[in-house]
Amino acid sequence: MSLDADPVKLNYAAHPAAIRRKKLWRQMKIDYQLYFIILLPFAWLLLFQYGPMYGLQLAFKDFHVFQGIWGSPWVGFKHFAKFFESYQFLSVVKNTILISLYELVAGFPIPIILALALNATLRTKFKQAVQFITYMPYFISTVVMVGIILQFLNPRIGIVNLALGHLGVDPINFMGDPSMFKSIYVWSGIWQHAGWGTIIYLAALSGISQEIHEAATIDGASRMQRIWNVDLPGIAPTITTLLILNMGHIMGIGFEKIYLMQNPLNIASSEVISTYVYSVSLASSAPNYSYATAIGFFNSFINLFLIMTVNQIAKKVGETSLW
Amino acid sequence: MKETKLRLSRADKIFYYCNDLLLLLALLIVLYPLIYIFSASFSGREAVVTGKVFLWPVDFSLEGYEAVFRDPRIVIGYMNTLFYTVAGTLINITLTIMAAYPLSRKTMVGRNIIMYLFAFTMLFNGGLIPNYLLIKNLHMIDTRWAMLLPAGLSVFNVIIARTFYQTTISQELYEAAAIDGCSHVKFIWHIVMPLSKAITAVLVLFYGVYHWNSYFNAFIYLKSDSLYPLQIVLRDILVQNNIDPSTITDPESMMRKQGLADLVKYSIVVVASLPVWLVYPFVQKHFVKGVMIGSIKG
Repeated sequence: MSLDADPVKLNYAAHPAAIRRKKLWRQMKIDYQLYFIILLPFAWLLLFQYGPMYGLQLAFKDFHVFQGIWGSPWVGFKHFAKFFESYQFLSVVKNTILISLYELVAGFPIPIILALALNATLRTKFKQAVQFITYMPYFISTVVMVGIILQFLNPRIGIVNLALGHLGVDPINFMGDPSMFKSIYVWSGIWQHAGWGTIIYLAALSGISQEIHEAATIDGASRMQRIWNVDLPGIAPTITTLLILNMGHIMGIGFEKIYLMQNPLNIASSEVISTYVYSVSLASSAPNYSYATAIGFFNSFINLFLIMTVNQIAKKVGETSLW
Repeated sequence: MKETKLRLSRADKIFYYCNDLLLLLALLIVLYPLIYIFSASFSGREAVVTGKVFLWPVDFSLEGYEAVFRDPRIVIGYMNTLFYTVAGTLINITLTIMAAYPLSRKTMVGRNIIMYLFAFTMLFNGGLIPNYLLIKNLHMIDTRWAMLLPAGLSVFNVIIARTFYQTTISQELYEAAAIDGCSHVKFIWHIVMPLSKAITAVLVLFYGVYHWNSYFNAFIYLKSDSLYPLQIVLRDILVQNNIDPSTITDPESMMRKQGLADLVKYSIVVVASLPVWLVYPFVQKHFVKGVMIGSIKG
């Protein structure tokens, strides 16, 4: 049916918004099946992702089991204040930021260097072998990874201490020393993820036109010069994007690996926000759900704020941004 | 190839030499611990404890592996993990395709809003306690559902699939099918699925490895030994150091028992990681592809 046959056509001409609405409505009718298809995943999203956000109100309430989330009384910012004033606040936030920064400074450049080296080598088979092997640790689960760390650093039978023993060094209790914790956490992470981290850069490097390399070679550029002046500028947008992402996660250190590596001896340097939330709630004999929710909320809010800010800065400074 | 090699300048020769040396170093740093674990797991207990193992198994023995499979917790954990991985991945794939396909259709009114609602959860979430209370209120604590439903889909994977559908399944293709009376549901089943086997493989791999390796949900939501996945059992043994005394049948000194306990850990690491590593050589390319598609801004 064409528009000309529509008797109210004149009215539409006077109201472009109405036409638009009508058009949208017609399109929605045509595509109604799409809405049915997405209904199930969307319901999942509302229940399991937005459902917990409803529970965030607990951060401003005193949770009582029998009154439930909705019925518990409001207390304002009491739990936030308690967290900011607690003696753990500074050390927990400090540990969180220090570990992330350490990870960023030590761990961010390594995949880039590795990718540039992989991209430059002339030995194809060797390149494939290095890729194959260095990707492997990525598939080790966190539990097994921490198991390996504990086993290797074991003061009695760990290979590190056995090797040190041959050099005449007394066994070191690595996991019991708070000053070692951050290094062990970060460098084991680099061992596990550096290879996998090259993939994204290798993809960007393969997108650089071969002609630029040829032109540079003809102009007498050495391979090293081509890395600096062709390869690196070529992957600069990728580097910026990943840097933004990483900076946005500076307060978002994950629970799993840290928690598994914690013990009473290293807790001073290993307690981060996510593990602290767990220790005052589910792990506690006197769990304080509201307090834990408030800390978690504070952390999520900071993370959101950070990533938005960093993204805004990136938009202003360069052309790259996440969205 | 030979010609280029001949034309290499002195500076470039040194560069390539150093470059390959760097890569070799990286290779060895990653490879050595893996070889050591493997060799230790096949060695005798004394050799492991006294540091005789350096590169190859010393006093070859399978007692570590025998002890692993004598431990009933590991067998139960293995079976549970197998179930969670298969059932969980099936749910994941279904939900992911059901979300990604509609969001890939440019004609869909409101798809940007829906996409935004999905993407927002990557930046912000309720946190530990609200999630726990939700699962509790749904009466899913200590049930298998707690392992399957909260991890129903990953928004990141939805974006990967959506990007793929957007670029490979054109609107014209659908319109042609629609003229022949094909509905969206039929179109997904008969056209989209066969055309996107590559991306489905990537999704299966990502989700499968996630389920095989994850321990957090089990750690928070499960309480019964009979429901525990492998990773929780591994945590008990590797991190908490709880060795089942019944697996150590040797009536010998504590020292020797401890030696077996040390050895068993290496065997367990191999047993737990083996399934993924056995599949890995065949699917490495798919993983890499997934990461690359994921890196394209959707």
